[in-house]
Amino acid sequence: MQVHTMHIPDGFINAPTSAVAGVIAVIGIAICLNGARKQLDEKTAPLAGLVAVFIFAMQMLNFPVAAGTSGHLLGGALAVILIGPYAGALAVSVVILVQGLLFADGGLSAIGLNIINMGLVTAVVGWFVFRGLVKVIGVSRPKVMVAAFVAGLVTVPVSALAFVLEYAIGGTGTVPVSTVTFAMVGVHILIGIGEGLITALTVGAVFLVRPDLVYGVHDRLPKRLLVTSNSVTTPANGT
Amino acid sequence: MSKKGVWVLVGVGLVVSLFLAGFVSFYASSEPDGLEKVAEDQGFLATAQDSANATLPTADYGIAGVDSERLSGGLAGVLGIVVMAVIGFGLFWLLGRSKKATAEKQGVDQESA
Repeated sequence: MQVHTMHIPDGFINAPTSAVAGVIAVIGIAICLNGARKQLDEKTAPLAGLVAVFIFAMQMLNFPVAAGTSGHLLGGALAVILIGPYAGALAVSVVILVQGLLFADGGLSAIGLNIINMGLVTAVVGWFVFRGLVKVIGVSRPKVMVAAFVAGLVTVPVSALAFVLEYAIGGTGTVPVSTVTFAMVGVHILIGIGEGLITALTVGAVFLVRPDLVYGVHDRLPKRLLVTSNSVTTPANGT
Repeated sequence: MSKKGVWVLVGVGLVVSLFLAGFVSFYASSEPDGLEKVAEDQGFLATAQDSANATLPTADYGIAGVDSERLSGGLAGVLGIVVMAVIGFGLFWLLGRSKKATAEKQGVDQESA
């Protein structure tokens, strides 16, 4: 197995920029710890743990996107849809920490950059895109899957743009920012399609068995989908 | 059923994750990913340095000393899942332990579509 899941390695972005990113990441994680503590309860905590584990597994599975190029799930959109923005960002951040510290995937000095791009930015973007969409189109299994697809898709090029911003500020390479922007966004739209598909299928599967556990729609579930005291009421017609 | 149901879902999810990381990962694409490809094509890949952790026996999702690529990568995947499970479930249990489940309450959401 030749795993190429390469997050930002050491060296791409200079030390000062990486250090500032580290500080921002720590602040972001602190905010998320506080937010997640208020939101999680004994019912939702196990699912949050599973989401972190699942995203780690999925990030190992690079899929081909174009000639000589692969992509892998970032997982931010998936995480925030299932367990909320704070816990979701934390789950991806834990994945990135374990990858960097245990498997040397992504540079140590770049951990802050990677957490910002793949954990924090995707969480914010994925959350607002998903919530905005379900507000407009409503909540049913197909609609939730469509919203999850779009949210997943959008997070990837935006995450790539976050890298471009970091490159513009502190990139050590001499390639013009415009060139990097064009190349990064192009390939990451393709990867985003894969991200959207995985996000939609996973959210769709959870919604099928336990719609009440999909945090992104927890306050918008049609009454017939609410959990009763000892069973889940599922729609008879499947809408 | 709700609490038990959550653990059934979590159990199934853990088995799937173990299978993906321990077995399916062998078949993952080994082409460079988006960022690496761009860096290579545009000419700034050379600015990458090896992680200070690159000498770890678990670096690059393998287990040093295990010759079979399939076994080495699979074991690394399983190790990753175990570590993630300990940290993930531990962290979120700590964050959620103080609160009883609130989503169980019926009819609290006036907003529901």
